[in-house]
Amino acid sequence: MQRRQFLAACGIGAGGLLLPGFRAIAAEQLVETVEVAVKKRLADAAMSAATAAGASYCDVRIGRYMRQFVVTREANVQGVTNTESSGVGIRVIADGAWGFAATNDMSAEAVAASARLATEIAKANARSQTAPVRLAPTPSLGEVSWRTPIRRNGMEVEIQEKVDLLLGVNAAATNAGASFVNSSLFLVNEQKYFASTDGSYIDQDVHRIFAPFTVTAIDRSTGKFRTRDGLSTPMGMGYEYLDGDAAHKSTAPNGVVSYGKSYDMREDAIAAARQAREKLTATSVRPGQYDLVLDPNHLGLTIHESVGHPLELDRVLGYEANYAGTSFATLDKREQRFQYGSEIVNLIADKTEVGSLGAVGYDDEGVRTKSWPLIENGKLVDYQATRDQAHILGKTESDGCSYADSWSSVQFQRMPNVSLQPGKVPMSVADMIAGVDNGIYILGRGSFSIDQQRYNAQFGGTLFYEIKNGQITQPLEDVAYQMRTPEFWNACSAICDERDYRSWGSFNDGKGQPSQSSAVSHGSPTTRFDGINVINTARSLG
Amino acid sequence: MSIMTQDEAKTILDKVVALSTADQCTARLGGSIEGNIRFALNNVSTSGVVSDTGLVVEVAFGKRVGTATINEFSDAALARVVKRAEDLAKLAPENPEFMPAVDKQTYRPSNTFVEATAAITPGQRAEIARASIEPCKAQNLIAAGFLTDNQSFAAFANSNGNFGYQRATDMDYTCTVRTEDGQGSGWVGRSLQDVSDFNAASDVNIAMRKAAASVEAQALEPGKYTVILEPAAAAGLISFMGGFFGARQADEGRSFLSKAGGGNKIGEQVYDPRVNLYADPWDPDVPVLPWDGDGLPRERMALVENGRIANLNYSRFWAQKQGKTAMGQPGNLIMGGGTKSTSDLVRETERGILVTRTWYIRMVDPQTVLLTGLTRDGTFYIENGQLKYPLKNFRFNESPVIMLNNIDELGRPVRVGDGLPMMIPPMRLRDFTFTSLSDAV
Repeated sequence: MQRRQFLAACGIGAGGLLLPGFRAIAAEQLVETVEVAVKKRLADAAMSAATAAGASYCDVRIGRYMRQFVVTREANVQGVTNTESSGVGIRVIADGAWGFAATNDMSAEAVAASARLATEIAKANARSQTAPVRLAPTPSLGEVSWRTPIRRNGMEVEIQEKVDLLLGVNAAATNAGASFVNSSLFLVNEQKYFASTDGSYIDQDVHRIFAPFTVTAIDRSTGKFRTRDGLSTPMGMGYEYLDGDAAHKSTAPNGVVSYGKSYDMREDAIAAARQAREKLTATSVRPGQYDLVLDPNHLGLTIHESVGHPLELDRVLGYEANYAGTSFATLDKREQRFQYGSEIVNLIADKTEVGSLGAVGYDDEGVRTKSWPLIENGKLVDYQATRDQAHILGKTESDGCSYADSWSSVQFQRMPNVSLQPGKVPMSVADMIAGVDNGIYILGRGSFSIDQQRYNAQFGGTLFYEIKNGQITQPLEDVAYQMRTPEFWNACSAICDERDYRSWGSFNDGKGQPSQSSAVSHGSPTTRFDGINVINTARSLG
Repeated sequence: MSIMTQDEAKTILDKVVALSTADQCTARLGGSIEGNIRFALNNVSTSGVVSDTGLVVEVAFGKRVGTATINEFSDAALARVVKRAEDLAKLAPENPEFMPAVDKQTYRPSNTFVEATAAITPGQRAEIARASIEPCKAQNLIAAGFLTDNQSFAAFANSNGNFGYQRATDMDYTCTVRTEDGQGSGWVGRSLQDVSDFNAASDVNIAMRKAAASVEAQALEPGKYTVILEPAAAAGLISFMGGFFGARQADEGRSFLSKAGGGNKIGEQVYDPRVNLYADPWDPDVPVLPWDGDGLPRERMALVENGRIANLNYSRFWAQKQGKTAMGQPGNLIMGGGTKSTSDLVRETERGILVTRTWYIRMVDPQTVLLTGLTRDGTFYIENGQLKYPLKNFRFNESPVIMLNNIDELGRPVRVGDGLPMMIPPMRLRDFTFTSLSDAV
């Protein structure tokens, strides 16, 4: 049994929402911060101890990670949980090897002791190390800070306002025909202080928000049921994401509403109830080849799995072989400028886009964040690297892709935002659909699965609509498409322009052993892929 | 202090319950020491130990519930955490589904603790990594793996006088071995409670043989095939399905165990008559704590008997609403089988496909529990009882409900880890549905 399951089994999980190392706290504590001067003194204590013990490099992460969960179904609040986890993680290089230790004791003595332990571990690891760690240089930044540019701190919003929002959403969906509704709010605040012997002291205040719901419609007479999830996405924003600003809405030719940087949860829940009912009687798809028109709220996950993960350098090199796997996009393919997609396909890596989940000022090893191309005109040109990986790619600086999900986890290479750039030719969603003779328009996230080298994938969705001769004709059900990554991206024939650019994100992308979770966004406009294999997923249990 | 004795735990819990002025108070104390070592590219990459202890205090005034947690145990800290929980409860909305703390119970202990696993040292972990890596190096193979070991305790007390305490251990080992040219890959996994039963050198051999044998894989047209799923491969699908045995979902009409017209499928023949699924906290191979998260005693509980649905999981609230008796929620999943090993099943197979492992399994349609996923790290064609040649990996779209109606033969169950402790047999199945080929090795 994993420790997490054990704690859950004995009830320590507090409703399954408390993660290891997290403790429940009162709401008012969610808005407290720790003085920067105090954190600097602790960091200096750790770096002095590490250096004295023989470390040639040391970085210190002092973290306070806070989460709030509000969980409801129909007219009931099932739980309100506030959690906090605070502590210090210290990473050093000694004798050319990494060492790491962490403590939740925030005294200078305990932090110094952990720094010495990390150095001792590094020296022990050095004995079997085949090549010393090579860190790409990064500028000394002095004392700097960064904050997610939020307009309203979700942690400061009263619980009652959140409960009223969710119960209002549930009531609206129920009134519109939903059999059941589950809705939630997840808020995250990471208060992260980073210091290193390179002379950087970085204070960051990172905010994220997610407001998911699921509406279920049931036909009791046939026993059939269908669900429709919300079309929101997790964002690197404050509570202002839930303002429902109509300026950020997109309406498809068939009236389906999608959302950009502002979400109207109640409106979406009402539409969900109607669409969930519609799904009960929708036509079951005829398998075959179709031209797919993929909404950004769907395409984000496909980008994540088929571009984001295969271009993680640690995976390419084999460090993830026992868990997530390796990658088909081997280093020789970069040298050969492998044709990953069609010539209109340009995908960038990014850690700066405002409102995205990956946006921070500096990564977890003190590197200022940036954007850089991964696929240019369809050709593979780059990967995602950290300071100790940059030299493998012949680079002189890190890409700023280092992240740890807790003060107690060692930082490693994590996916930045990976986004498809808008088409250069003016094109709306209506224009795109008008050009499709035999296609399916897919919105929202569904089932997803991809092999351990990121070749063969299968994706479902939330909403499916048949396109015939340039017109959306009817809703479809039982749709999933199967693809081989390079063929899929080379079948990309049109990309809407920047007016349709929107983000989709994942709150919990897992990687590593022990597994760590990270949050990442993927932007794109609506995009067309030609001749993709669609299967019918309906089965009968007799 | 991560692992407390029963007396230490009881002293703290009794103090907490006595401090509370709420209508109800439940205090839960848990701690663990988890060690791990990770290796890749024939080198150790990370290694560490994480210790943690926590106290959760849950109080209720009427139907208003407050929960607070702390990891200090001084008298002042205990008073603080109780006050915080009570303050939160007074502000909380009423929970219409609130259930009071369980009455005083009697728990029959289960053998969840093995001293040898609790005593594992960093040196032993390093030796396991070395024993995995060295033979691979010698044969120009590349090892990547992970070992995690855990010892823990769980204790709780409530204002009805209920109390429980027990310790537990477990370990999980996985190793993926790849050929240098990346054309072959093999895997082995071992989940144990007693580390003394573990032999990395012999286990890694399984992954090495599969890696070497899977080079130059041939493509077979996707379609319906007779397959032999090794226990780890079958567990991926069966444990997924096991998560959908909730009575409430079934009664609400949103489960594969809902009946058209209303109600659930308890008593109905849903699987081949050879299918038996049950939970048992005292099973000698996969013992788990004798209570569930609410403190209800676990019992041996059949979910499927001779292919018929025997029981569903009722939460305390749903049991009360439906006029049923709530039983402790299962902590493990055991599938009955026969006496044959995977090798025995292979020897008796005229034509079929051996699947070592399944990967990235996701729900496609909850109505039928249609799952998709892929084979990985050792897929072979069987002819006349022999592994004839390696196969390229497949994507499957298959429902475990349909799969367990197409049983040819079940073998001897073995312990499978990765989350829920399970005993799963190897199984030969007819008409397993592969829908596409994967180029991944």
